Amino acid sequence: MENAVEVHSVKMKYHSLNGEIDALEEIDLSVGRGEFISIVGPSGCGKSTLLSIIAGLLAPTAGYVLVNGKKVTGTSSEVGYMLQKDHLFDWRTIYGNVVLGLEIRGDLTPENAGYVQELLKMYGLYEFKDKYPNQLSGGMRQRAALIRTLAIKPDILLLDEAFSALDYQTRLAVAEDIYSIIKKENKTAVLVTHDIAEGISMADRVVVLSRRPAVIKNIHEIKLTCSNRTPLSSREAPEFRQYFNRIWKELDVHV
Amino acid sequence: MYDRHQPEVTPEHKEFLKRVKLKKVSVLTTQILILVLFFVVWELAARYKIIDAFITSQPSRVLKTLVNLYARGELLRHVGITCLETVIGFTSATVLGTATAIALWWSDFLAKVMEPYLVVLSSLPKIALGPIFIVWIGAGPAAIIVMTLAISIIVAILEVLNGFLSVDQEKIKLVKTFGARKLQVFTKVVLPASFPTIINALKVNVGLSWVGVIMGEFLVSKAGLGYLIVYGGQVFQLDLVMTSVLILAIAAAAMYQGVVYLEKIVVKNRYEIKE
Repeated sequence: MENAVEVHSVKMKYHSLNGEIDALEEIDLSVGRGEFISIVGPSGCGKSTLLSIIAGLLAPTAGYVLVNGKKVTGTSSEVGYMLQKDHLFDWRTIYGNVVLGLEIRGDLTPENAGYVQELLKMYGLYEFKDKYPNQLSGGMRQRAALIRTLAIKPDILLLDEAFSALDYQTRLAVAEDIYSIIKKENKTAVLVTHDIAEGISMADRVVVLSRRPAVIKNIHEIKLTCSNRTPLSSREAPEFRQYFNRIWKELDVHV
Repeated sequence: MYDRHQPEVTPEHKEFLKRVKLKKVSVLTTQILILVLFFVVWELAARYKIIDAFITSQPSRVLKTLVNLYARGELLRHVGITCLETVIGFTSATVLGTATAIALWWSDFLAKVMEPYLVVLSSLPKIALGPIFIVWIGAGPAAIIVMTLAISIIVAILEVLNGFLSVDQEKIKLVKTFGARKLQVFTKVVLPASFPTIINALKVNVGLSWVGVIMGEFLVSKAGLGYLIVYGGQVFQLDLVMTSVLILAIAAAAMYQGVVYLEKIVVKNRYEIKE
């Protein structure tokens, strides 16, 4: 079966008046269907750039990306993107927020609206659909943001530091929550994070990027001995520490 | 969490609410007292010849002038004309200013090209253009409205554009991930997110519109509060001047409150304040 995402020798250069910045040197990566990949790397190494290229928000300087076997030329409903903050619009109700994507695509059919209602019911936000975002807790807001992304029925979810705006406890709970929803909906996911533990706890494979210009330093297959794997139970697994230490060393952080 | 209403009110909380209310009442009382005191002192000082009522006027004479003007049917005419000019000038400055700001937001090139011109126009004292408007448009209400427009439109453009440009880039990125085109970026994010800024620009513009109208009336008019002030000054009738200034203060405050009310219905309902 074809891969969900294939990144072929992607290079990215940014131009500014002060000169050129090489963000990505040469990236080759493939993500299998239903797989959960985490990308970690030193800050400013171009992790988010890679995600923007996969999403079709940025065109790479060289190379190309295939999503479901088709070359990416712009954004499509096959790829859903989740940003660092929930960015729910204060002036729209929760329902108004979650149908935003459908509205922009001109896909707000009765059928799709029904699907959104179902998602809201399934993930416990139905009774809040007429509330405004500031009446919800941080966790619920993040869940609403995920439903907004799921509403366009993407196969692949890109999570760009999707939990890092939350405080630590909420973050653990939201990661757990979002992970279970992604698994339940059977989506392929790519998570970019600077938090090594978070990366390991959710992923089937962890991709380690080097300092800018980024190349793939290593890819770790995460195999944990724990039944019923969730981000929290992963952290309990005996191998967790070892993965953490290996990746930490590879990141080669100097203060 | 969502559950924010506590059913029981403790005595401490009641005490707290009472203190808050008391403070509010005492602020209001003091405000009213200051106003009353000002007029009483003014009246007494004039009556006991501490100040010369001929050049300072006095509240009782202002009242008499007001009644006279009203009896001759001139009060409503002058107030009406000035208010109408202000409303037209204010509305057209807001509409044209916002439209221009949209064009400048849309085209980065246009914004860059226009920048020095806007800077010059913004620092130029618009009153200097008065004679030009009079020659071109004629000495009448139209010139006054154009004067008002000239004074408030630049601020409207700059304020609204600033609001558009300070919209969170991540919010724009969000709608772009859904494939939004530029028009959608504008209607779905930039415009709704800028409503509070636009309302704030309106508040500034209310004041500027009054400046424009009164200046215009100083220059050309045969009616209106500005005309009454100039006329009163020329014939040394300070009663008329003071009366007009007081009416002007009330009218300007009323219009400002109108915008505040608009803010309440447009903004507050949709952007509930975070507690």
